[in-house]
Amino acid sequence: MSADLATYNFAYLDEQTKRMIRRAILKAISIPGYQVPFASREMPMPYGWGTGGVQVTASIIGPEDVLKVIDQGADDTTNAVSIRAFFQKVADVAVTTHTKDATIIQTRHRIPEAKLTEGQVLVYQVPIPEPLRFLEPRETETRKMHALEEYGLMHVKLYEDIAINGRISKTYAYPVKVDGRYVMDPSPTPKFDNPKMHMSDALQLFGAGREKRIYAVPPHTDVVSLDFEDYPFEIQTFEQDCALCGAHGVYLDEVVLDDKGGRMFVCSDTDHCEDRREHGHVGAMLAPNQEAAE
Amino acid sequence: MYVAVKGGEAAISNAHRLLADRRRGDRSLPSVTIDQIAEQLGLAVDRVMAEASLYDRSLAALAVRQSRGDLIEAIFLLRAYRTTLPRFGNSVPLDTADMLVERRVSATYKDLPGGQLLGPTFDYTHRLLDPSLLSDEAVEEPARRDASDEEIMRVSDILAHEGLIEADGELPQDHQASDLTREPMEFPMARDLRLQALARGDEGFLLALGYSTQRGYGRNHPFVGEIRIGEVEVEMEVPELGFAVSLGQIRVTECQMVNQFKGSSKAPPQFTRGYGLVFGQSERKAMSMSLVDRALRAEELGEDITAPAQDEEFVISHSDNVQATGFVEHLKLPHYVDFQAELAMVRKMRADIEAARNGETEMKDAAE
Amino acid sequence: MSANTNAFTGGFSDPVFQSQSIFRMLMDGMARPGSIHTVEHDAGQPDPLGPAAGAIALTLCDHDTPVWLSAGFSKSAVGEWIGFHSGAALTREKAEARFAFVEAGATLSSFGLFSLGTQEYPDRSTTLVIEVAELGRGQSFTLSGPGILQSKAVEITGLPEAFLRLWADNRPLFPRGVDVVLTAGRSFLCLPRTTKIAA
Repeated sequence: MSADLATYNFAYLDEQTKRMIRRAILKAISIPGYQVPFASREMPMPYGWGTGGVQVTASIIGPEDVLKVIDQGADDTTNAVSIRAFFQKVADVAVTTHTKDATIIQTRHRIPEAKLTEGQVLVYQVPIPEPLRFLEPRETETRKMHALEEYGLMHVKLYEDIAINGRISKTYAYPVKVDGRYVMDPSPTPKFDNPKMHMSDALQLFGAGREKRIYAVPPHTDVVSLDFEDYPFEIQTFEQDCALCGAHGVYLDEVVLDDKGGRMFVCSDTDHCEDRREHGHVGAMLAPNQEAAE
Repeated sequence: MYVAVKGGEAAISNAHRLLADRRRGDRSLPSVTIDQIAEQLGLAVDRVMAEASLYDRSLAALAVRQSRGDLIEAIFLLRAYRTTLPRFGNSVPLDTADMLVERRVSATYKDLPGGQLLGPTFDYTHRLLDPSLLSDEAVEEPARRDASDEEIMRVSDILAHEGLIEADGELPQDHQASDLTREPMEFPMARDLRLQALARGDEGFLLALGYSTQRGYGRNHPFVGEIRIGEVEVEMEVPELGFAVSLGQIRVTECQMVNQFKGSSKAPPQFTRGYGLVFGQSERKAMSMSLVDRALRAEELGEDITAPAQDEEFVISHSDNVQATGFVEHLKLPHYVDFQAELAMVRKMRADIEAARNGETEMKDAAE
Repeated sequence: MSANTNAFTGGFSDPVFQSQSIFRMLMDGMARPGSIHTVEHDAGQPDPLGPAAGAIALTLCDHDTPVWLSAGFSKSAVGEWIGFHSGAALTREKAEARFAFVEAGATLSSFGLFSLGTQEYPDRSTTLVIEVAELGRGQSFTLSGPGILQSKAVEITGLPEAFLRLWADNRPLFPRGVDVVLTAGRSFLCLPRTTKIAA
């Protein structure tokens, strides 16, 4: 016990582990939406905090890469800061907050607002990879359902929701069908982001460490949110614009300002917001006077 | 606010600095050493080694110190270190019949070859707080005697002579012991893999499950055939040498539970086994493990699966405390993006109901 | 390239970064079927294994991945070389193989004897690495499927005669099926099981 405690390989994982994960990633890409079991390792961060995403990123990252890490769309949330620092330490990799400059973007709960491009990889941290889990807790059962493409129960469940609530009340982790075959959990991103997965130019990889699954959506692949003819899928809309950059049609965070019901809405994607402000866009909150902001 | 813009890094670093301060506590007191923890909090160290699946007392003691005595955190630290270690191969199975026994008790026989050896047990201590431990009083040397040559037979071997107990589990000749830390899990599991999961499973979880079987949730009529604690040799085959070489000794606790079995169309009535083996000294864990192991054999023995402790997928999926604590505690990470989505949905649904109600009132007003 | 028959020479000079770079090409190749990638490093593989196939073997194979070799490779030092540098065991059973390496011009009889995975675990299937004469020149094929925007034209010289028929049999098995990497000297392209090929 002593000095050699602190030695680790490039990107933390040993080469054998990387090979195992890399093989799983290749199979995941060749079977879009199918969850490949892998021998997830114990990482130096807790399960549920991004161990799957971290293992995927660690297995693909190289010295040429530029890494961006976001949590809730923001680069400066504590867990995003922590994961980014981890890769700076163990892989000495270049990092950025700019979506367009990143080659690998690891994310929890959001897809960036800017359109991703060819050559970028989006790595999702996934808590519960099984979209059928909320219908059936047993892996032995859900595996059969996927094998037989038996997704009737999912439709029944969504329809029940309509019967009770008058709409599909699922607002995040909204199930999708990939390339017409596998029903897939997009991770707990708000359904607002689902359309961005469809025919994306970027490769999307999903890592679930505790549940030991990796899955993928190749670029230019159909990703369709489940719905019904009479109840088509629709995304969230916000009445307000971003108070800082005035952006419309983006996902907003509600920030409580005081105890009298005062609140403002700002971009959840912090890079998108900063970029807009740099380009001269101004929201109501930052406008010199109300008129300027309109 | 924990999403301080651009403040994340400084906040994290300050939090860690405060943690180090709290860990050290009052600087006027001497700090506790790794040796002191390994020697004087030995059972905490044992639990950390057992549930981290890594036998190293010093590193486990370091983990206990680093975690401020939070044992699940210590287990996590040691496991994260274990993951980075290279594998050289598999040891040959431990021979617990050849154990240098420090404690051995059987509940099924009054006396038996090798005798009942109480060893260092809390059993029969009166649980009265001991004021002498407030000061550092001298402690007597233990009473010793020469080890006898008498073989300390395993109780299961005694029963096996008469054919009263099922054979020790049989695995196909070419069966390779699997390792759930290296391969993805799949249900149903072979018993060796299940035992591995239980051996590193959370003591409290297994205790509660074992207890539930005693209270009728999957009752299996257990008798403690025997519990033994002591040191066993770990050996490894070296292909180049053609024989097994010793890697050293480890302390383990083994529990063989003997359970009633009515027999079936295929098998005459005989006793069945539940097995527990853990690193270090932990009877509670070894006993709980053997109860749960037996309960999980329900399907194999043609018993009805009616209780949580008999449900393999349920038990094994939730027995790992590092996984469990991570996922439970991850709820404190920011979830405001999803919460925003839910907020909007609840507001919208309330507005719909409100509108519908107003509509009704208007209709009523109009009708009146 | 001189004729190398030694199983114990070669290997990556910088395994961590070279395998990372080869893997990224493979990942990009599987994500964008038909895209042609070029391997820069020479892993010193024995003939008749090509540099791309050699680098792929060192990047993906280890003692968890039994490897099957076509007849031409079996007769050479290729098996020993892969075993020595990656730890992978050779198997004669196609169904056990996680990876299969096929030399240029070998006759392909069927993919069905390789592991196709199961309906529950379609990932447990063989990946075939097949050497052809040249990529980027020769007969033109049109690819479509996930990873491809509308369609992609690729030119291949020396694609085994039976390949298109075998591939046409593989596609309907989805989600089961084999995945293929075509190699030609230093270059390679990937054909995941989802890709449709039209001549």
